[in-house]
Amino acid sequence: MLPPNRKQLGLIKAGLFLLALIPLARLLWLGMHDDLGANPIEFIERSTGTWALVILLVTLSFTPLRLLTGTAWPVQLRRMAGLFMFSYACLHITTYIWLDHWFDWQEIAKDIIKHPYVLVGFAAFVLSVPLALTSSNAMIKRLRQRWKTLHRLVYLVAIFAVLHFWWLVKKDITEPMLYALVLAALLAIRLVFTLRKRKGQMV
Amino acid sequence: KKITGFTKTAYGADEKLTPYDDVTTYNNYYEFGTSKSDPAEHSKLFKPTPWSVAIEGEVKNPRTVNLEDILKIAPLEERIYRMRCVEGWSMVIPWVGLPLAQLIKWAEPTANAKFVEFVTLDDSLRMPGARVPILDWPYTEGLRMDEAMNPLTILAVGLYGEVLPNQNGAPLRLVVPWKYGFKGAKAIVKIRFRETMPQTTWVKAGPREYGFYANVNPTVDHPRWTQASERRIGGSVFSPRIKTQMFNGYAEQVAHLYSGMDLRKNF
Repeated sequence: MLPPNRKQLGLIKAGLFLLALIPLARLLWLGMHDDLGANPIEFIERSTGTWALVILLVTLSFTPLRLLTGTAWPVQLRRMAGLFMFSYACLHITTYIWLDHWFDWQEIAKDIIKHPYVLVGFAAFVLSVPLALTSSNAMIKRLRQRWKTLHRLVYLVAIFAVLHFWWLVKKDITEPMLYALVLAALLAIRLVFTLRKRKGQMV
Repeated sequence: KKITGFTKTAYGADEKLTPYDDVTTYNNYYEFGTSKSDPAEHSKLFKPTPWSVAIEGEVKNPRTVNLEDILKIAPLEERIYRMRCVEGWSMVIPWVGLPLAQLIKWAEPTANAKFVEFVTLDDSLRMPGARVPILDWPYTEGLRMDEAMNPLTILAVGLYGEVLPNQNGAPLRLVVPWKYGFKGAKAIVKIRFRETMPQTTWVKAGPREYGFYANVNPTVDHPRWTQASERRIGGSVFSPRIKTQMFNGYAEQVAHLYSGMDLRKNF
């Protein structure tokens, strides 16, 4: 299959943009119709958090896709995906700070320090801030090799995000385990190819 | 579906009730699934009749009693209670039930009876969640004898003046309003009087997180959730959290049960 031309890529990007807005549109729709269930704040928190995680895994899947199939062009969608991940993470933490805790900073600080699942979630968010801030072409040019090193933080963000979900669950870990397996697979593919490349260089 | 002939009481008369739809669609009842909406969806075909409860252990006459006969032990009362879940949310529910103390007097426990154990239905044919070994089935709870005899403790058979919905623990469940919600065993099939403290399900599942007493206590934090505040179900997205009260606001009636006990250790 031929890679898309400029115009086609533009259309694909526009389509993906609209697709990524669906979870937000759904929340607004349900909210307007008073249909967010018995615990609407928890619903919004869970939904934005889940979508941030899903989009993060999508972001991390472009490189394995290239390694496995040789299809390189989807990597061009990665920045947009990453920024959508960050947007949903922002909505997630805004819900937590505003709707859930009403800017009670003392309570929030206590919650972060005392509860491991909140701490790793918070760490994942903090680590993703520099990635979002350095996502422009200008920053990529300016930072060069350091940009690549900096953006390896995304692996830590992903591991923390999965842990955040895992530790939050009371007993039934089926759902976080699925995300953990997908993440493990995505990281394993990278690792295998990196090791192979190194071996190749040594020979 | 309506229950006839129960008396209203003064309990919680000044509380704003959590809407019926919220009380019956947001439930923790793992025998029917682990998400909050599972119990309402997966218990639709569950038939809680006929029903009998085995009274065993340290009693004069161990026996099995039909639900209809339990209802004759004492007149039914409406009790409006706050219910605080260990996960940090709460509701106000108008239960209909009978004081557990009345059933205990009727059961005539021996002098050896120091604890009451509640064993609930474990039927994987009728309860899809019970096919999954998420918890050590059957779900088991327990109370110390004086807790069980406290006038606040009831066996509920209804809510909002109606027969208890399946997802809320039909046909018979425990309600102990000063303790976290998981103490409220649902679909009780055995009431066993014991000399020793029973091993309860959540203590077995996570002894660091859940204790036998499980009294609502804003000063003892759970490793996962803050217990200082709670979200009252039924509000809008802009309703703030409310402060959690010691013993869920029932300190006057129950604090004496724990005098001299370290509630940090006995959580």
